[in-house]
Amino acid sequence: MDLIIVLQAGVATGTVLLFATLGEIFAERSGVLNLGVEGMMLVGAMSAFSVAIATGNPWLGLLVAMLAAGLFSQIHAFISITLQADQVVSGLALTFLGIGISLVLGEGLSKAGAVSLLPSFTIPILTRIPILGPIFFTNQNVLVYIGYIFTPAAWYYINKTRPGMHLRAVGEYPAAADALGINVYFLRYFYVMVGGAMAGLAGATISLAISPGWFSELTTAGQGWIAIGLVIFAQWDPVRGAFGAYAFGALRRLILDIQGPATLLGLANPFFYNPYWGFFLQMVPYAFTIIVLVIGSREAMRKRIGAPAALGVPYIRGERGL
Amino acid sequence: MRKVNTNNMSDTPTTSPSPSKRRGLPFALRFEPRLKEPPKWYPALISLLAVVIALIIGGLVIAYAGGNPFRSYAHIARASFGNIGVISDTIVKATPIILTSLACSIAFRMKLWNIGAEGQFIMGAFGAGAVALALLPANTPSWLFIPAMMLAGMLAGAFWGFIPGLLKARLNVNEIITTLMMNYIAIAWINFWIFAVWSEGGFQMTYKFPDNAWLPRLLDFAEQVPIFRGLTSHLGLLIGILAAAVVWFIVDRSRWGYEIRLIGDNPRAAEYAGINISRNIILVMMVSGALAGLGGMSEAAGVVHRLQTSPLAAGYGFTGIIVAWLAKLNPWGVVLVSILFGALILAGREIQPSGIPKLIQGIILVSLIASDFLLRYRVRIIRKDLSTLTPAVEEA
Repeated sequence: MDLIIVLQAGVATGTVLLFATLGEIFAERSGVLNLGVEGMMLVGAMSAFSVAIATGNPWLGLLVAMLAAGLFSQIHAFISITLQADQVVSGLALTFLGIGISLVLGEGLSKAGAVSLLPSFTIPILTRIPILGPIFFTNQNVLVYIGYIFTPAAWYYINKTRPGMHLRAVGEYPAAADALGINVYFLRYFYVMVGGAMAGLAGATISLAISPGWFSELTTAGQGWIAIGLVIFAQWDPVRGAFGAYAFGALRRLILDIQGPATLLGLANPFFYNPYWGFFLQMVPYAFTIIVLVIGSREAMRKRIGAPAALGVPYIRGERGL
Repeated sequence: MRKVNTNNMSDTPTTSPSPSKRRGLPFALRFEPRLKEPPKWYPALISLLAVVIALIIGGLVIAYAGGNPFRSYAHIARASFGNIGVISDTIVKATPIILTSLACSIAFRMKLWNIGAEGQFIMGAFGAGAVALALLPANTPSWLFIPAMMLAGMLAGAFWGFIPGLLKARLNVNEIITTLMMNYIAIAWINFWIFAVWSEGGFQMTYKFPDNAWLPRLLDFAEQVPIFRGLTSHLGLLIGILAAAVVWFIVDRSRWGYEIRLIGDNPRAAEYAGINISRNIILVMMVSGALAGLGGMSEAAGVVHRLQTSPLAAGYGFTGIIVAWLAKLNPWGVVLVSILFGALILAGREIQPSGIPKLIQGIILVSLIASDFLLRYRVRIIRKDLSTLTPAVEEA
């Protein structure tokens, strides 16, 4: 088991979590908690795969996935922003609905056969950097490279641009933003849509690139929920989010790969000789999510930083909020 | 929070459009916050309406997917309430849902989002399995076996609720994510025992529970009451109804229930009143977990009669969330709605495509949540008088 290869595959796996996490950061920064990530990812994965099969064009699949999941997220936006319902329940409902829709429309897709996937390639010069080159720039999927660009772009957009400032204002103090003439409702709808499109992209990344195919609910296997946990760990910061996503990706790969070889670091590999221990390995990502949340919460308590102040609170114009 | 002026919805697309934009329409809808409680029948009517609308949307989806919605719904009704045999099967399906949705409803009353009923249910089944397969000898009498399994199931479920509760109370860790992650861990945990320890000949199931560990079923009494022949409804239903009574008493009639409701409605007031919120978080999570665990025990000992992942981890915990919400967190409502959902799941198994029942559940939940809006606002139809711009108001 070559550690470089595990990390290389881990970066690819982590890209799924990266897109979903970045999208949720945008939505939550605008003050809307969307627990529907898992459902939106499934909608994205299903529509990407079925469009790619029908048209033979994976890029079109990617586009449709983002559109479909983005539109799908607007159900949550309407219920939580306009109808002011509880965002927790509404997000849960979106997940249930997304699972249902993708199961119904994805019926039979798992037997659909081969599909042309998004290309992988090596970046010529960067690949020669020792250690980092083989991990990050060798034979990675095009979406992995897009992920490298998205992370700093999201950070710059949120922290350094005027629209990013509006985004933060809407999530921290919507009444003040409203007084300044920022359209709170529109921006919240918009960033929920961004979050949905990114979750759709994450889903498409699974079904068209990282582990191609449609395996009904097992396609995402709870990664949408892990992404929501990562947002808390990341303290709503894209760069920390990317760090967490790649670390998780590597962890998931390590768990898959560690059961293969008969010897590990020169010793007999216990996971090879006791295959049932694999069930405990399967727990690791989920247990790790809980640990990461604990770390994030402790740090947030100590540093007195936290969620966007208006997260989860519907904005009602004219009412004394917060 | 929800009071104040009538124009607060002005940015939303459906409300009070400015006359210049919608000159063509003589009427407009306006939503005004309710200042007094609506009559008692009103929430029930709205919920019913929401479900009807959801079924219509579901029907459209079935039609789109190539099915016949009328035939599908008629099939659901016939296959779940058509004769005493299928009614009994419906009740069997409803039993685990009653317990998981009671688990959700008590936690949701406190705005504690326990999404982990699924995992607590599985741990409850594991607890029952541990008693039936390992801890007690096979010839233990039923009167000892069944209470021991109930206790083990409740303890295992309560433990699974205790961990997220403790993290929430002490470290303010988001319980939604932790309870969900505990679901996945529970599945891996029970799989380990099924595959590695109690496997029946290497298959993906344990060997059967001893006969004395089976919950009594109606068909066990067929000799005395012939009509019970072949009916598989089991003791779990009684356990569920008893649990509903207990939850109703705790939440609606006891001092502790008052604390739970107060924390849910207004945590700050509860804090000022000297209520220990941390302790209540842990306790309610444990009670919630114990209820779900009881459901897992009832399903393992009453229906599956062994540990096996696919029939046990069939999503009862998630259905419980929807049912709790549909029943407005009322324990008696939970029993009623659970039976309807038992019917949907039972009859839905034969409907193609296989995701339809899940989809209908999702649509029902979405339209229910959306309909809550009508409990907080009332709709008025406003006749626009364009010459004066003073709208004449009519009650809708």
